[in-house]
Amino acid sequence: MNSPDDTPPDRPAGPPVDPPIDRPERVAAEVDTRVLPDRAAALLGDGFRLALAAAHQDPDALRVVYLFTKARHGRDDPERRTELHVRLDPADPVLPSLARLSFPAGRFEREMHDLYGIVPQDHPLPRRLVRHHHWPRGWYPMRDDAGAPPRFGDPEGPYPFVQVEGPGVYEIPVGPVHAGMIEPGHFRFSVVGETILKLKARLWYVHKGLEKLFQGRSPAAALPIAERVSGDTTVGHALAFCLAVEDALGLRVSPGVQRMRAILLELERLYNHVTDLGALCNDVGHSILNAQFGRVREQLLRLNAQATGHRLLRGGVVLGGAVLRAVPDPDALRALEADIAELADLALGHTVVADRFTGTAPLTAQAARDLGTLGYVARASGIGADARRDHPFTDLRPALTVPTAATGDVLARFQIRAREIAASIAVVSDLAFGMSPGATSYWPPLTPPAEPASGVGIVEGWRGTIVHRVELAPGGTLTRTKIVDPSFFNWPALPVALAGAIVPDFPLVNKSFNLSYAGNDL
Amino acid sequence: MSVTVAGSVGAAAQVVLVGAGAPLLVGLMRQVRARLEGRAGAGVLQPWRDLRKLMRKQPITPDGTGPVFRVAPLLPAATALVIAAVIPIATTASPLDGAADLFAVTALLALGTVALALAGLDTGTAFGGMGASRETTVMALVEPTILVSVFALSVRVGSTNLGAIVTSTLHEPQRVISPVSLLAAIALAVVTIAETGRIPVDNPATHLELTMVHEAMVLEYSGPDLALVEWASAMRLTLLLGLVANLFAPWGVTGASMAMLPLAVAAYAAKVAVLGGVLAAGEVFMAKLRMFRVPELLAGSFVLALLAVAASFFLVGT
Repeated sequence: MNSPDDTPPDRPAGPPVDPPIDRPERVAAEVDTRVLPDRAAALLGDGFRLALAAAHQDPDALRVVYLFTKARHGRDDPERRTELHVRLDPADPVLPSLARLSFPAGRFEREMHDLYGIVPQDHPLPRRLVRHHHWPRGWYPMRDDAGAPPRFGDPEGPYPFVQVEGPGVYEIPVGPVHAGMIEPGHFRFSVVGETILKLKARLWYVHKGLEKLFQGRSPAAALPIAERVSGDTTVGHALAFCLAVEDALGLRVSPGVQRMRAILLELERLYNHVTDLGALCNDVGHSILNAQFGRVREQLLRLNAQATGHRLLRGGVVLGGAVLRAVPDPDALRALEADIAELADLALGHTVVADRFTGTAPLTAQAARDLGTLGYVARASGIGADARRDHPFTDLRPALTVPTAATGDVLARFQIRAREIAASIAVVSDLAFGMSPGATSYWPPLTPPAEPASGVGIVEGWRGTIVHRVELAPGGTLTRTKIVDPSFFNWPALPVALAGAIVPDFPLVNKSFNLSYAGNDL
Repeated sequence: MSVTVAGSVGAAAQVVLVGAGAPLLVGLMRQVRARLEGRAGAGVLQPWRDLRKLMRKQPITPDGTGPVFRVAPLLPAATALVIAAVIPIATTASPLDGAADLFAVTALLALGTVALALAGLDTGTAFGGMGASRETTVMALVEPTILVSVFALSVRVGSTNLGAIVTSTLHEPQRVISPVSLLAAIALAVVTIAETGRIPVDNPATHLELTMVHEAMVLEYSGPDLALVEWASAMRLTLLLGLVANLFAPWGVTGASMAMLPLAVAAYAAKVAVLGGVLAAGEVFMAKLRMFRVPELLAGSFVLALLAVAASFFLVGT
């Protein structure tokens, strides 16, 4: 286990001498397109990561915002957030591509191209990403003048999948409609025998124009949308959205509220990780363990219902506050922890289950780092990134631990989840001490913003780091909300991990990543 | 062997028993699993309800499929019914007993599988081809094992007629207790699991197309055709379990006696239900093997069957 940070164990009990943990160092700079690659390269070289890139339509220009973040390293090195703003001519929106500096940047650029028509110059892979072949050419839905969706046609023809050629190579197309109750995605396997040579995942079948729905709404009216970005990440997205709005308005909520929010965030992590542990067992045909994990999950969902009145934790995080009807009982959680640990041991003690998990679809640390993976996928490959420690909105020390594993296979992703469950329960037990239930909110703010404002919210959802960035007009309505679910970063890792795996192992590997379609497609 | 009335009635009873009872066996096995996993389960009759529902639906034939696709579901069902009529389930005096030859029965089983595999290829879809390829791989390892393991039992009888083997065991039950039987029983049990698509070889309950073996092959069937495929696979399960039961514990199987027939039918149903229950209970605690481990398992069972044959020659003189 990694120690969470360098805090000495004998922390003084008096008022903290540290600067407040949730005050990041912020920089925003307007840069020219010519210097953008150099500035970006300097930031990336300095240990920043590209957390978000979003296009905006201003009255006189198209504007692209890059948000680079750097983890907090102790009291002297606070969290850093650096924004680079680039203004483009709306008649000829051309941007120098950063794809050669950062893989995620290349994907953000393709997204901006499909939604705003911004052309990334010299992009190594300038293919469409969000746009499907039935969207008309030259129609950019996020632009103000896009109007109503036009009739779907077939201007592009089918997606140009790379064909692997050679003796005995054949293709298996799967989806977008699947046999199970899962979201739509098309997977194109190039296979020899049962071995996967190449996998191409085509997503964005559930692109709903969610970010556009935020525009023009008040934050309060937009919060229900944020809660529904991805059905299993209610708290993660709602909290990231609230933090972003509060950041924009300079609204400071009390530490007690932040701790309530942290509890809700951990409750969400718990029930989802337990679901995944069961589903992983089910995907190797061991259904009794799935049934047992299902039993534990049900208990956690009932706990959620007690805490917020909703089994999936809706309504728990509100603007400027939190609602906690009942504080989760640490003893009950510890009993569940023992239960989960026993079930996880039973799974890994089963030779066939262990055989199916071990060495299956490993993602190397190098690949995980290059692709910018987040969450348990990154931690299973040895990258100890966790926004609860790196971008804290409340101080979880010393209960928080960030487990990592080295092998990056399905086994590691299973074990990381099991260990994160234990870590989560430790955090909740710590937070629940001395907490009293209730509803607190500092919303609405005393003064609405007099001029345009922007804010960023960073949250470690159960899948990984969620980033929201909002821009508010004077008066407080949302002009632009950019949502980045960790799935956007993690999807490209799935085909990389699967190269050389066998076709019948795909569902298991896919489940071990368990990426969101809704959160990715938006 | 002369044709007797009792034998004919017995054969007819066998067909009805297998035809009507097979979905109940599947229902029973699902129910056992459900209860062991702490679920309520849909009830023993659910497979029959599913078949009734499917029979009322409209069959849909995918574009570009030919007669093979349409005829294929009939073959496994028809061969299963023929096997049900000939093999010693309740009576050894079936008028078709001459066809109850070990090789004939194995070939009939293979015929049904091959028909479905061809239908899978006929659809031209990736899943049909993938399922057919996997099923054929399994079949190529399963069929020889069935042949060899039953052959081990036939050595002491001097005939490959299944009726003769069962009759011989009925008359000299002490001969079942031998290393030959043990080895053959294990080999047959493993291949029965593989042939009927149970865990750890295949998972009949999965919805994950990419992991399927048997189900991937028949993915394009719908309505009455699918009902026929499902019914046939349930009958094959019943037949194979019944064959295992009667080869090693033939008690209850009657000759040409009309009076004993109901008892024989009940004994068979009980034996198959017990075996099915045990199989389902075992499945609860098993996980599905990695695809490339399946040939290892089947090769192991083939070696056991081969050892059984070798042992039967060594032990026959003593």
